[in-house]
Amino acid sequence: MDQSSRKSRPIYDATSRPVIPRHVKLRFDITRDRWVILAPERVLVPDDIAVEVLQLCDGQRRIQDVVDLLAAKYTADPDLILTDCLALLQDLANKGYLLAASEPQP
Amino acid sequence: MTDQSPPVADFQLITRTGDEVGQKTTYGIPLAVLAELTHRCPLQCPYCSNPLEMEVASAELTTAEWCRVMDELAEIGVLQIHFSGGEPAVRKDLVELVRHATQVGLYSNLITSAVMLTKARLQELADAGLCHVQISVQGSESIVADRVGGFKNGHVKKLQVAAWTREVGLPLTINAVMHRQNLHQLPEIIDMAVALDADRLEVANVQYYGWALKNREALIPTFAQVETTNQIVAEAQDRLAGILDIDYVVPDYYAQRPKQCMGGWGRQFFNISPSGKVLPCHAAESITGMEFDSVRGNKSIRWIWDNSEAFNKYRGTGWMPEPCQSCEFKEIDFGGCRCQAFALTGSAGNTDPACAKSDLHAQIFARATTESAEAQDRFIYRNFAGGAVEAEEL
Repeated sequence: MDQSSRKSRPIYDATSRPVIPRHVKLRFDITRDRWVILAPERVLVPDDIAVEVLQLCDGQRRIQDVVDLLAAKYTADPDLILTDCLALLQDLANKGYLLAASEPQP
Repeated sequence: MTDQSPPVADFQLITRTGDEVGQKTTYGIPLAVLAELTHRCPLQCPYCSNPLEMEVASAELTTAEWCRVMDELAEIGVLQIHFSGGEPAVRKDLVELVRHATQVGLYSNLITSAVMLTKARLQELADAGLCHVQISVQGSESIVADRVGGFKNGHVKKLQVAAWTREVGLPLTINAVMHRQNLHQLPEIIDMAVALDADRLEVANVQYYGWALKNREALIPTFAQVETTNQIVAEAQDRLAGILDIDYVVPDYYAQRPKQCMGGWGRQFFNISPSGKVLPCHAAESITGMEFDSVRGNKSIRWIWDNSEAFNKYRGTGWMPEPCQSCEFKEIDFGGCRCQAFALTGSAGNTDPACAKSDLHAQIFARATTESAEAQDRFIYRNFAGGAVEAEEL
């Protein structure tokens, strides 16, 4: 059996362009009146900020672009937002809920 | 992100909007449903989770009935549906059922033995909106795996279907059911899951009710095996973080605390049998004397979930005897598994003997140790005729 791993752990930086894979669904659940993330054998509950970040992760925007948008919208410190965003997105990527699109998707 | 809770938390129990606080806090809106489409299966695994008395093909819900059930599930707030069996691919309408799940907004998962799937059918399933595939394996290579499954060339076929699953772009979980006669292959099974490009691996030690209870002598691991397994899993979880997510189900005869079965009886999940019985868990029918409602009756699924005797019987903590009632963990593990309590004590309302606080724990621990040392390795294979004893080796 081939022992080499076909995939490696995605490591994000400000230039990464994360995207939610097809099998992970960010969806508003009307019955429970909140956003949920549906993934294999898992249902997760993102907070409002996480929802906003994930909605901006379209495989085109770099994480830095997402941070700039949020910093402008909330007149907040971009460095602080970048730190929080990287932690959030890296955690989701480690669990397989985000892909790293290295090039903008067509 | 100012408070202590993580930005993306695991799901917590959520009651319906408008429900009064405290009124229905012992259970929530069901999150996920296990839809057992059929009990038919080409494999004969001796630990099958189906009941000993299986439902025949002619009793199965029709396509139209399953579609109506899915409409109701989506309406009451169910988010995920797991198509299981038996082997769900036996059903000719599988693609149609997956398409319907997608149409009503259910996240769909296929739990399969894989041996009946072709690449073309997988592509059709993906096109119909299937979200995830879980393939069971019985070992790391054909000799052990095909003997356990009682199906010739099954292992090779599974590897092929796992590769096709990734080729059509579907995420893959490998479910490895572990017991005394295959635990030595766990390191190779972990390597295999990585090589197959799976996202998840479930290392699921056999749970002993139904067919597995009938085969317990042949399946139960030794305590030494369990200790080795704990180490192998912990090391692999650390090494493969971000590459392979490993879920581990311990063999609970050797545990100190019982498993939180189904996340608590009637709390977040339920099961629908091939003929439409609505069950708190897939083994609930092993508890004799309990009545279950059917989707073929005149009651809605929501009514059954909220009001049926079977669901309410072991909900919350009010039903618990001592030592559960005064236990600090009672709202964490909910007294363990009701089916196991019934199988080992004769009453589903007793404390699960898997718990170290049960009077019977020392006894089942000793029984597990004794049985595993006797090395009685012959299986009783699962079939519709009450089981077939494995032929003796020549």
